[in-house]
Amino acid sequence: MKAKNKIAALMMVLSLTLFFFQCSKDPQIPSPQVTGVTFTVPQGWPQPVYNFEENTLTDAGFNLGRRLFYEKKLSRDGSISCGSCHQQFAAFANAAHARSHGIDRQFGKRNAPALFNLNWQTSFMWDGGINHITVQPLAPINDSLEMDGNMNDVIAFLSADASYRKMFKETFGDEAVTTQRVLKSFAQFLGALVSSNSKYDRIQRGEAGYAFTADEEIGKSIFNQRCASCHAPPLFSNFSYRNIGLEPNVSLQDSGRMRISESVQDMHSYKMPSLRNVEVSSPYMHDGRFKTLDKAIDYHINKPYYMSNVDPVILNGQALSVDEIQSIISFLNTLTDNTFIHDTRFSDPLYK
Amino acid sequence: MIHKSLLKWFGIFLVATAFNSCKKDKPKEDTNIPPVATGAFNLLFKNTVGDSALVLETSEYKNANGDTFTISTFNYYISNVKLIADDNSVYTESESYHLLSAFNDNTLKIPLKNVPFKKYISISFMIGVDSVKNVTGIQGGDLDPAKGMFWNWNTGYIMAKFEGYSSKSPEVDKTVLYHVGGFSGSNSVLKTVGLDFPTAMTVSETESPKLKVKADVLEWFTSPQNISFSSLYVIHAPGADAKKMADNFADMFSIITN
Ligand code: HEC
Ligand code: HEC
Repeated sequence: MKAKNKIAALMMVLSLTLFFFQCSKDPQIPSPQVTGVTFTVPQGWPQPVYNFEENTLTDAGFNLGRRLFYEKKLSRDGSISCGSCHQQFAAFANAAHARSHGIDRQFGKRNAPALFNLNWQTSFMWDGGINHITVQPLAPINDSLEMDGNMNDVIAFLSADASYRKMFKETFGDEAVTTQRVLKSFAQFLGALVSSNSKYDRIQRGEAGYAFTADEEIGKSIFNQRCASCHAPPLFSNFSYRNIGLEPNVSLQDSGRMRISESVQDMHSYKMPSLRNVEVSSPYMHDGRFKTLDKAIDYHINKPYYMSNVDPVILNGQALSVDEIQSIISFLNTLTDNTFIHDTRFSDPLYK
Repeated sequence: MIHKSLLKWFGIFLVATAFNSCKKDKPKEDTNIPPVATGAFNLLFKNTVGDSALVLETSEYKNANGDTFTISTFNYYISNVKLIADDNSVYTESESYHLLSAFNDNTLKIPLKNVPFKKYISISFMIGVDSVKNVTGIQGGDLDPAKGMFWNWNTGYIMAKFEGYSSKSPEVDKTVLYHVGGFSGSNSVLKTVGLDFPTAMTVSETESPKLKVKADVLEWFTSPQNISFSSLYVIHAPGADAKKMADNFADMFSIITN
């Protein structure tokens, strides 16, 4: 009898656990393990710069990269992860932080950019100083103002954690944790962050039930005339560097692209950001100086601060009216990809 | 009965084997080339300051300008090692990237493997890491960025690194710090070194030659440009200063016999 009771109790516990497990399938709660990860080039897009060469995309590699992205213990004092500054609801930009808050509450020099469609970028950071997606995470991990860690500590931490060792084994065949493996895993997650399901994309693909409103149409045509040469579709950036006439913030001592190229022509030039998801990735510009889109566009187009190398298209362009700016914003809002910013495959696997 | 079925199976086996061997024969090119006999060639580097062996931290030295200094770090990459034989054929080491560090004598020994039996008359190698490995993302082994020879914020390898102290340095802590790198265009500091052997060195069944190459730190500070630690005491990015230093250290290697 006693044994039977025990079994019955066990069954109860089991079914309860199962019940809760099923509850956790709720789309709001991220699944700890993602399966069936793929990378496909959206219809009509150019070929990516990086297509997981020598780093074939796998479920195991993606899941490892995803966990690393949200791992605070990669920072010196365990307080900051990539996800602290790159928040999914803001398209992986840093919401409400002009310049990102790093370790010890220190401010960095620059605004954390949104992260998506990174496989199409030839360079990374506002000054384009980093030339490959698989080496990018080394910068924030080592930066004394960001995570202030180093790869030797990262490797020691990961090697000492059985659950990570298991994930390395699943991904690479054995438990060895190396810089190369850590970074390849990061690239699996970062590269899989594809945003291509905005209203704009659905209209481009001719999906039923989607159409621009009259205002969005007006905005689109102004955009095509005035913005698309730089913020070129489908990626909404040609990823080159320009000085658009933002008055330099002297205290930051940031020369932009010139820091890398050492050419005065590039003084205060920055990599042009994609305008996809720009509705949710406030604040704007390399130092996050604008909170709202109308202000960002007004200063960007109508009030350039004179410097000898400001792009002539900006310097000599006609002013946009308040109405025109509003129409452009209506169009830009069609670039918001709600599927992407709510995709639970990209959220913190351990979030409770 | 048993006999018959055995025969049948044997027949199938024969046919299968035939097909199998057909497949194996496919890469025809290989079949006629006799396997090349190969051996070992050992490359040994010795870091020196002038004629004396480099000693970290404790020894004080003097550069051509007369500035005294001590050395705390001396690291450099050697890549694309080639041996040239007397018949003009070239042995190229595969995955040829080596970080040589004064911290660890083992890194100064480079055993070249699978070197064809031949008489070799010269060697060439690159100081630094070729541009391909600077633009193709994360690497392992000696190219692991955790080795401390990689710029995270401006992608690229530090090809050679000298750190030390000089009373002439205007820095508060008297450091002298040269992180020399740059792989592209006019910023490239990559140098290819060619050294002729005093006498030919034969790799054979019985001979595995040892080539000793010295790397003289003093060459960093003289010819074509004299370096004074009071005016150039820090380099941490590609550019004119890095190029100046690379022009200087391009001739720091020479073959020695002891
Ligand atoms: C303290 C905040 C902070 C943390 C933590 C952080 N980042 Fe960033 N991230 C930034 C900032 C700021 C930039 C822009 C830096 C620049 O331009 O110099 C950036 C840029 C990037 C970029 C380049 C995007 C582009 O379009 O060029 C990528 C990719 C990226 N981060 C990924 C990561 C990863 C992966 C991690 C974790 C290993 C991480 N970040 C941690 C703030 C942060
Ligand atoms: C000459 C090229 C060029 C043109 C034309 C151009 N932009 Fe930009 N845009 C840039 C660059 C470069 C930046 C980043 C500047 C910085 O941060 O210093 C930028 C930044 C932005 C930002 C901020 C995005 C963010 O995530 O921080 C917005 C919004 C924007 N542009 C909208 C527009 C609109 C709308 C137009 C057309 C009316 C336009 N741009 C025309 C080059 C251009």
